[in-house]
Amino acid sequence: MLKTTGVPGERDLNGVFPSPERLKRGPVAIVECFETIPCNPCYTACPSGGINAFKSITDLPTIDFDKCNGCTLCISSCPGLAIMIIDYQHQKDYIKMTIPYEFFPLPKEGEWVKGLNRCGEEIEKVQVLSIIKENQHDKTFLVSIAVPKNQFKEIRNIKVGDSYDK
Amino acid sequence: MIQTDILVIGGGPSGLSAAIAAGKSGAQVLMVDRSPQFGGQLMKQTHMFFGSENQYASTRGFEIGHKLIKEVKSYKNIKILPSTTALGIYEGGVITLEQKIGAEEFYLKVYAKSLIIATGALEKSLPFANNDLPGIYGAGAVQTFMNEYLVKPGKRVLMVGAGNIGLIISYQLLQAGVEVAGIIDASPEIGGYLVHASKVRRSGVPILTGYTILRADGTDHIEKATIAKVDQHWKPISGTEIEFDVDVLCISVGLTPSSAFFWQIGCEMLYVKELGGYVPRRNEYLQTTVKNIYVAGDSAGIEEASSAMVEGSMAGLAASQALGFKHTSYENKMQGLLQEIQDLRGGEKSTHIREGYKKASF
Repeated sequence: MLKTTGVPGERDLNGVFPSPERLKRGPVAIVECFETIPCNPCYTACPSGGINAFKSITDLPTIDFDKCNGCTLCISSCPGLAIMIIDYQHQKDYIKMTIPYEFFPLPKEGEWVKGLNRCGEEIEKVQVLSIIKENQHDKTFLVSIAVPKNQFKEIRNIKVGDSYDK
Repeated sequence: MIQTDILVIGGGPSGLSAAIAAGKSGAQVLMVDRSPQFGGQLMKQTHMFFGSENQYASTRGFEIGHKLIKEVKSYKNIKILPSTTALGIYEGGVITLEQKIGAEEFYLKVYAKSLIIATGALEKSLPFANNDLPGIYGAGAVQTFMNEYLVKPGKRVLMVGAGNIGLIISYQLLQAGVEVAGIIDASPEIGGYLVHASKVRRSGVPILTGYTILRADGTDHIEKATIAKVDQHWKPISGTEIEFDVDVLCISVGLTPSSAFFWQIGCEMLYVKELGGYVPRRNEYLQTTVKNIYVAGDSAGIEEASSAMVEGSMAGLAASQALGFKHTSYENKMQGLLQEIQDLRGGEKSTHIREGYKKASF
């Protein structure tokens, strides 16, 4: 499926999400990198040893879920935009999801935008919590959104534009 | 006649890296490129690069280009001639150039002791009905329009080809506010990096593998593209046609090495499917079968910019050392580069590259 459509399947994703216990302990990086391409900047960007050392540059990144604290530095270092941070305990019914975003216009804080799944289909309206546009992230902006807990494995992107009143 | 130790033809990622590596030895280096701006295809790449820190991973392509150009310009012994096309290479090491300055053209002759040919690649195209309608572009043209001249190529695009270039340009089209109706590829699987595929897919662009372009239709420009599924012999299956209302069709079906100079010099050439076409046979240090003629980058075999930069460094290092210019710890540097390129080609995705290089090497 992934190799024919670009959409990772359930089995692919199960391999990269940490255990429910770990999710409850605080923010953590989810790296959807499934192919042994020559690339390692996520590892070099990580200040806390949260991404295990690469033996070879074509290794898949693996996360040390005890060391990763969800600091977000790896997100904009990934040329494949394959990394997001999930803070599962953000609110009772919502997680905070921080994703890379490289489109204009940027959403505004508090704005409701379309929450898209990995096929690009709108499945929920989600609210933007914050936007980070520091120089260190170059032009890959970090957008945090509140995602309902029952959809945190489905939503992976946003679409800004048509505004919503909710 | 201009005299130089090393002439580098082509100022893209491999040519720039070759000039820098050779320049470090103190050799006189001349680099020419037919474009007014050096950097080659790097200058159109707005996405972040893969690889490691050594190849500027996480940096956007055009920014890598600017860094390399700046470094080249920091060497007094490297001379660059923009808007200068190498025309032919003649016996005894004489190369003719055409230099454009404003509306005027000048013909120059150069004598170089050593030559590094980093001429890159040419785009392949596809035969189909009405493929000459306006609005049907090669991928390079679409990228030039958008990222160099800031002109949208149209409103709604169908991308033919799901290799890295097709996937990346689709993403850049979305960033420019152009709708991408879909990406098709006749192969059963996506050829480009899956992370690129996933990011365009989750932006709502369908990727259809196992489909080919049948025809384009329109009066004075393309208005409709018709695709169909292919069988295992890559023949279209009747009844599986899908029509797309688009005003742009972007053809991104691969590249072939630009090899004219190697043929003219008389380098031993080999057709290597895995490398995209005819390439010169070369040793480990990228010297062809003709002494002091080196190859680097896509003209050595279609790969990507990270490995092109490493190859350029290798060719520049080897060419200058062979002329008697001394590098500090030459052996270490060369071994480091050989290891670097081996690492870059180490993954499953590079199987064909490894096989291609085995065939082309002597």
